[in-house]
Amino acid sequence: MYQAIVFLPLIGAIIAGFFGRWIGDRGAQLVTCSLLVVSALLSIIAFFDVALGHGGARIELFTWFDSGDFAASWALRIDTLTAVMLVVVTGVSSLVHIYSVGYMSHDTSIPRFMSYLSLFTFAMLMLVTADNFVQLFFGWEGVGLASYLLIGFWYKKPSANAAAIKAFLVNRVGDFGFALGIFAVFVVFGSLSFDTVFANAPEFVGRNFLFLGQQVDILTTICILLFIGAMGKSAQLGLHTWLPDAMEGPTPVSALIHAATMVTAGVFMVCRCSPLFELSPTALTFVTFIGATTAFFAATVGVAQNDIKRVIAYSTCSQLGYMFFAAGVSAYGAAIFHLFTHAFFKALLFLGAGSVIHAMSDEQDMRNMGGIRKMIPFTYVMMLVGTLALTGVPFFAGFYSKDMIIESAFAAHTDIGEYAFVLGVAAAFLTAFYSWRLIFMTFHGKPRASEAVIHHVHESPAVMTVPLAILAAGAVGAGYLFYDYFVGHHYEEFWRGSLYLAGENVLEAAHHVPLWVKLLPLVMSVSGFALAWALYIKAPDIPGRLAKMHEPIYKFLLNKWYFDEIYDFLLVRPAKYLGLVLWKKGDGETIDGFGPDGVSAVVLDLSRRARKLQSGYLYHYAFAMLIGVAAIATWFMVMGG
Amino acid sequence: MTPALIPSLGPAVPEILLAVAAMALLMVGVFRGNGASNLVGWLSVAALGVAAVLTLGLPGERVLTFSNMFVVDGFARFVKVMVLMSSALAIIMSMNWLDRENINRFEYPLLVLLAALGMAMMVSANDLISLYVGLELQSLSLYVLAAIRRDSAVSTEAGIKYFVLGALASGMLLYGSSLIYGFTGTTNFDALATLFGREGYSASIGLIFGIVFLAAGLAFKVSAVPFHMWTPDVYEGAPTPVTAFFAVAPKIAALALFSRIVLGPFAEMIDQWRQIIVFLAIASMVLGAVAAIVQTNIKRLMAYSSIGHVGYALVGLAAGTEEGVRGLLIYLAIYLAMNVGAFICILAMRRKDGMTEEIRDLAGLAQTRPGMAAALAIFMFSLAGIPPLAGFFGKFYVFVAAVNAGLVGLAVIGVIASVIGAYYYLRIVKIMYFDEPAAEFEAPMSRELGIVVTAAAVFTVLFVLYPSPILDSAAVAAAALVP
Repeated sequence: MYQAIVFLPLIGAIIAGFFGRWIGDRGAQLVTCSLLVVSALLSIIAFFDVALGHGGARIELFTWFDSGDFAASWALRIDTLTAVMLVVVTGVSSLVHIYSVGYMSHDTSIPRFMSYLSLFTFAMLMLVTADNFVQLFFGWEGVGLASYLLIGFWYKKPSANAAAIKAFLVNRVGDFGFALGIFAVFVVFGSLSFDTVFANAPEFVGRNFLFLGQQVDILTTICILLFIGAMGKSAQLGLHTWLPDAMEGPTPVSALIHAATMVTAGVFMVCRCSPLFELSPTALTFVTFIGATTAFFAATVGVAQNDIKRVIAYSTCSQLGYMFFAAGVSAYGAAIFHLFTHAFFKALLFLGAGSVIHAMSDEQDMRNMGGIRKMIPFTYVMMLVGTLALTGVPFFAGFYSKDMIIESAFAAHTDIGEYAFVLGVAAAFLTAFYSWRLIFMTFHGKPRASEAVIHHVHESPAVMTVPLAILAAGAVGAGYLFYDYFVGHHYEEFWRGSLYLAGENVLEAAHHVPLWVKLLPLVMSVSGFALAWALYIKAPDIPGRLAKMHEPIYKFLLNKWYFDEIYDFLLVRPAKYLGLVLWKKGDGETIDGFGPDGVSAVVLDLSRRARKLQSGYLYHYAFAMLIGVAAIATWFMVMGG
Repeated sequence: MTPALIPSLGPAVPEILLAVAAMALLMVGVFRGNGASNLVGWLSVAALGVAAVLTLGLPGERVLTFSNMFVVDGFARFVKVMVLMSSALAIIMSMNWLDRENINRFEYPLLVLLAALGMAMMVSANDLISLYVGLELQSLSLYVLAAIRRDSAVSTEAGIKYFVLGALASGMLLYGSSLIYGFTGTTNFDALATLFGREGYSASIGLIFGIVFLAAGLAFKVSAVPFHMWTPDVYEGAPTPVTAFFAVAPKIAALALFSRIVLGPFAEMIDQWRQIIVFLAIASMVLGAVAAIVQTNIKRLMAYSSIGHVGYALVGLAAGTEEGVRGLLIYLAIYLAMNVGAFICILAMRRKDGMTEEIRDLAGLAQTRPGMAAALAIFMFSLAGIPPLAGFFGKFYVFVAAVNAGLVGLAVIGVIASVIGAYYYLRIVKIMYFDEPAAEFEAPMSRELGIVVTAAAVFTVLFVLYPSPILDSAAVAAAALVP
């Protein structure tokens, strides 16, 4: 069964990718969607079996490497953590597959798209079922590849290509850290199998090794290196710049890869490696710091964005920050719980946004929207549900998971926990503000689009709305239904050791925080809503004036804290300049000059000289022969035979 | 043992046949005039064919006759068959062509026949005197062949140049021989080998000078640098079929003779002659590769090409081992096929206003004459030594032999030279396939030549699949020469 879950998408990808020409658009859609749905149904069974029914397995597929000390297998590690991820990945993926049938109906290369989606799903499943670091890395790179292919799916659009390359390069930075981390694990533990590494980790607490010429703590170094990989993949502060640009890809891709699944791989990895992270308080502090800062930073940027997808992208970035600081304060359950609920409501928001974009004839700028709630009421309701869940309105999914995270940060009673708590609460306010701003700008007020576009606005077909409804159900119910399992009373029996804790369970403490802490996120959420309402419904001229009045701040936010500009100045331009120098001077003048071009010039010159020797005069020729004999004879006289 | 009154003629039957046939056909020609030249030509081919068959029928082991001046062994058989075959092909290649150029004289096939006889003698020589006789017979025939187009200034110039320089080379060879005789008291190869093989024998400087002069004379015949200067001029000036003949048969015979001398009588003096051969090989490979690049005349280009190829063949000889000789023989067999094929293509470069020899005239041949272009491309790729064509294996075996003999540097230089050389071969392919077509060539080549060129191309391409006949017989031949 587990094999089927993982490999059905691969089969779908192969069929659609290589035989798409023969089976046609419809065939490719049918094959990939049905295989994915089967995989999703099996995942749900697996979830009940493993997470709720105490099953679990480790399935060895075959040996991958066996070279000297280094051995690695292809194996599926099925525990609760994996089962949760299986449900998230296959569930969202199958819905996105189906949604894509409608969304991409006008595209000219549907089989390719469906194939990429399935390929991505396979890679993501390999990642979450990994039994060792190598397989994890395989999946890690696989999703990176699929992400690259899908961001650049419309490869005729220069901006899409640029975004794809950017995503790939930024991820490369993270992956470099990740790979170094894996190397370090192998050097230290002599194995890459999770079981071996985790079992031996406690021996290395407090020990040092030489890294970059410095004596550093082994586990802290490994964890931070691994976390750098997570930062790249999960778009955390510093390595986040690719995610907003990745919105150049088709919207279903944004929903699947850049909201629900791939970007959460970092969170998953940190939780999977909790036995390592738990042993290094320094690394956890680092994780918390980055997570909390990202949560706040991305929320502030989201406030000033005008592109509907970019707002949601920054929101994703921010929510990922929440998950990380939850993990950082050892509330892994809360992190995964938020990952779980977030997958539903963020995919819902993205697909809803896709529906809006579809309806608005590919318009993405919210300033050109407005007042369309009556025209696409279903989409409007869906977006509302997503927003309510995201902003943490009681009884919606986000309420349970996000509040749990904020409470955990408070309950950690550490300095960094305080930091995360404050930023988390502030971010909750901003989240509510930008989410409602999105709703108000898009659906309320007066239509700002042209007559022709407004005239054309229409509700999406059922193939797109049904997945929305299913996700909406998840966004409403996932939090309430699974609260006890993920972070509540059934915590122990649900996770059964797949999340490791070194000390007290912070989640226990989180249940007993003061009432004001419990209420604070809700208050923030409501105030955010109120402010958004005031600014965008009550007095829509205020935001413009505010922006004018505080131009520097507005610009700062609009330009995303100038991260892109700084990187461009510090890295991109020097790299380009270096490349230019190496190309023109290094390659062109030095290597080509002394290498191929130089050699050929010398040869040509010699050739011309040789031709000149060939004068045509007999006595020259005879002279050459005599010189030759004389030279050889002299040689022997000098060398003495 | 007193020498028999009448020496055993058995081992020399092919040579005797060639001599008799040449004289008989001369009579036919004299009495029937030039009208019979085609008849004489075909009969000469038949004589060469019969001689080749007879050669194959000779016993495999080493047989001496004519007072030990004449030797037949596996090596001689292998080389003689190649020489006779290429001579026969040279006659076939020429007949049609001579007709068109109005120089179809019956002397032509006879001269080739006599040259073949001389070459066969060279290959079987076991004495400095019989060596010289064979060599001169061959050389004198070739001088005349080069100048056979008497009314053409270029052709006569080529003949004269070849004659004068050849005479100089012969003089050197004779001078070397006399020095050797003077310092050893014998001209017989076996006796020399015994002498040098004696314990504690150290060569005097005079003897080494003798070897140097002898080697210089032979190097002229194989056109190794720096004794190559005549080659481009003679190749360009001589009529094309003659050039084709020059490029193959005499090269094979002279290289075989070279091998027999250095590995026979002078086998014990390997340290001395190896230095000469290594020098000749390097100089030839490099010059052959470099100088060909700026050539615009395809016959001159083939001249430098042959200089280069002699260099590669000498690499095998420089190894001085059985493996090296085997590589050399394989190289020569493959070289024969490639060169005959390439020259047939060059012979087909004819327009209404006569022959053309400029490389640029091949432009766009792939469009006007796809078959010929494909064949020529195969030969060029093979000459450049690009796998999996036969030319690659020729180079491969000699380089391997050199490496195994410890001459790594020589092999490396050879590889570099063949990279440089690849340029001009590939340039021809490029011109044929990618340039705008030049004026079309006249009617296609004759049927006989079509068959030969196809056979050569097939051999070149398919050698990789079934190389064992050549490899095995070359191994047998090499084993006969290197004890």
